[in-house]
Amino acid sequence: MSTTLPRWIDIGVLPLLNILAAFIVSGIIIAIIGENPFTALGVMLKGAFVYKGALGYTLFYTTNFIFTGLAVAVAFHATLFNIGGEGQAMMGGLGIGLLVLALDAVVPAFLLIMLAIPVSALMGAAWGAVPGYLQAKRGSHVVITTIMFNFIASSIMVWLLAGTLMEQGQMAPETRDFAEGVGLFKFHEIAGMMGIKVARSPLNLSFVIALIAAFGVWVLIWRTRLGYVIRATGHSEKAAVYAGHSPQRIIIITMAISGGLAGMMALNEILGVQHKLILDFTSGFGFTGIAVALMGRNHPVGIIFASLLFGALYQGGAELDFEFQTITREMVLMIQGLIILFSGALVYMFNPMVERLYHRIVGPEKGAA
Amino acid sequence: MAEFWLQFLLTIDATLRVATPLILCAMAGIFSERSGIIDISLEGKMLMSAFAAASVAAVTGQPWLALLVAIGVSVFLSLIHGFACITHRGNQVVSGLAINILASGLTVTLGIAFFAQGGQTPFLKGDQRFSPITLPFADAIRDIPFLGPIYAEVISGHNIIVWIALLAVVVTSLVMMRTRFGLRLRAVGEKPEAVDTAGISVVLMRYQAVIIAGVLCGIAGAYLSIAHGAGFVREMTAGKGYIALAAMIFGNWRPLQALYACLMFGFLDAVAARVQGLELPLIGEVSSDLILALPYVLTVIFLAGFIGRATPPAAIGAPYVKER
Repeated sequence: MSTTLPRWIDIGVLPLLNILAAFIVSGIIIAIIGENPFTALGVMLKGAFVYKGALGYTLFYTTNFIFTGLAVAVAFHATLFNIGGEGQAMMGGLGIGLLVLALDAVVPAFLLIMLAIPVSALMGAAWGAVPGYLQAKRGSHVVITTIMFNFIASSIMVWLLAGTLMEQGQMAPETRDFAEGVGLFKFHEIAGMMGIKVARSPLNLSFVIALIAAFGVWVLIWRTRLGYVIRATGHSEKAAVYAGHSPQRIIIITMAISGGLAGMMALNEILGVQHKLILDFTSGFGFTGIAVALMGRNHPVGIIFASLLFGALYQGGAELDFEFQTITREMVLMIQGLIILFSGALVYMFNPMVERLYHRIVGPEKGAA
Repeated sequence: MAEFWLQFLLTIDATLRVATPLILCAMAGIFSERSGIIDISLEGKMLMSAFAAASVAAVTGQPWLALLVAIGVSVFLSLIHGFACITHRGNQVVSGLAINILASGLTVTLGIAFFAQGGQTPFLKGDQRFSPITLPFADAIRDIPFLGPIYAEVISGHNIIVWIALLAVVVTSLVMMRTRFGLRLRAVGEKPEAVDTAGISVVLMRYQAVIIAGVLCGIAGAYLSIAHGAGFVREMTAGKGYIALAAMIFGNWRPLQALYACLMFGFLDAVAARVQGLELPLIGEVSSDLILALPYVLTVIFLAGFIGRATPPAAIGAPYVKER
């Protein structure tokens, strides 16, 4: 879609308009239920940023969304739609779980953690590369295959966690705890060591890893040869072929990178907080990654900001449970759906309107330049 | 032997019950996708209409009214999908996903606001839902060996929506393959330029297709909450919309083949419920979790061209831009 609008409107004003539309509709629904939308917004903001430890929780959720958002964005650059973030994250977690459960009696904790990071990425990458391969070589559409792979991953998890891996004498489908010390440092622990008192929260070193990953994705996409080819393939497969590249290879590599990023989300949940493998630790964060990537316009900086917004939504949404009788955190799912609708599927809805308005104010000649 | 025969018939009976929402949604998917609009929002439409049906049935006690409202809600979601994908040429997968997520949030939110039971609707009883219809003489001929149980267990005792689902397959097949409307609909999904040149509105055809899909998903949702079940529970569709999507693909976007795929996936589901923990020679303990994953695995294998050849509509997923 070509636009005659200046860049700042295209990447600044329009996304804000889309989010605003999503929030207005959410507000209307809250009003219909009989609550005050502004009170709800206030509670969410306080819950996300003001209360003790709130910011830590917000950034903890942000970490998940940075990983899954980056995963979706990398694939988008090659015009691949990876909705398999859920399954890839599950497999990342499974990799960490199997590694730690097998070795934590013999291998020192620090070494195990250093191993767990690449293992989570590799398992996720494998679970992304297979749909990539099937798209590249066998022509099956990656959207459908990744949906199917989510369900297959989920079945494998249920099968293992309710069977072989389940702790003896336990009823919940989860493994035994990892050995003492096998886990990523939490921020309040690090701050405590340095003599600073910070409220307890699950925020852990994964946050830093996520930021490094975001920087890595920026370098990959805009500063390396591979990234250039990924974008070229996304723009036109034919052009990439003429330039001597194999789109099939690029599709598989891109899906592997994408899956690897999603797989690393498990670091935050499994190695950062749970310290054991549990069922459904992905809780839909893989899907939220799609909203994050759409809002962040597939750019790492945009993704970090969008992740922060969703992190605040999730943490603030949890606060709604305590403050209201009738509003629960599922409200956040609804808002998320509306955001995906307005800033994803209806992304161009406001374009003609804004364009007309802009040209009326600035004048047609200047705008067309 | 008689005991095994009865068990087998009960499994077939369960297959039909499980397959009903799959069949309805698969037909919905066929209408939408044959017109060129990807529809992964079968799940969300079904969930939302299941909630609507249960709510209306609980408040008014009128199952037919509940069914109507369920269809209305589902069609409304279809229209959102159409507005985003047809009118604004948005990404069809993104739009479908948005509807699914919206539905899972909205059903629980509204459920708590309306009924304050943690997102569930009140338990429905008696006339508030569609009850099983016992066909004439079912009890009288039950004791006739072999055929009696087939009639009494498999054919009789289903609620009306099971029959509607089977009828939907016949109607879908006839409409798609034997009517002018069906021909145009398929053409819109294969080569919209050609249809446009013939003076038929691509936009209108596609809107009609997604509306029909909405109607069918609405019936499927009502089945779950007021016919098969007795009330709405959160996430009660539990991925059935995606299984239906898989069945539609497995059936190569054709009504009859999709019906067979739905029955096969339904059968797997019915078997999985009966064999958990069973020890089989050579295989060992049967895992129902893995049986339940089979539809997805089979669909992946099919799509990859290892069994048969998947031929999706040529123009699927591509928004139509009229030439100026």
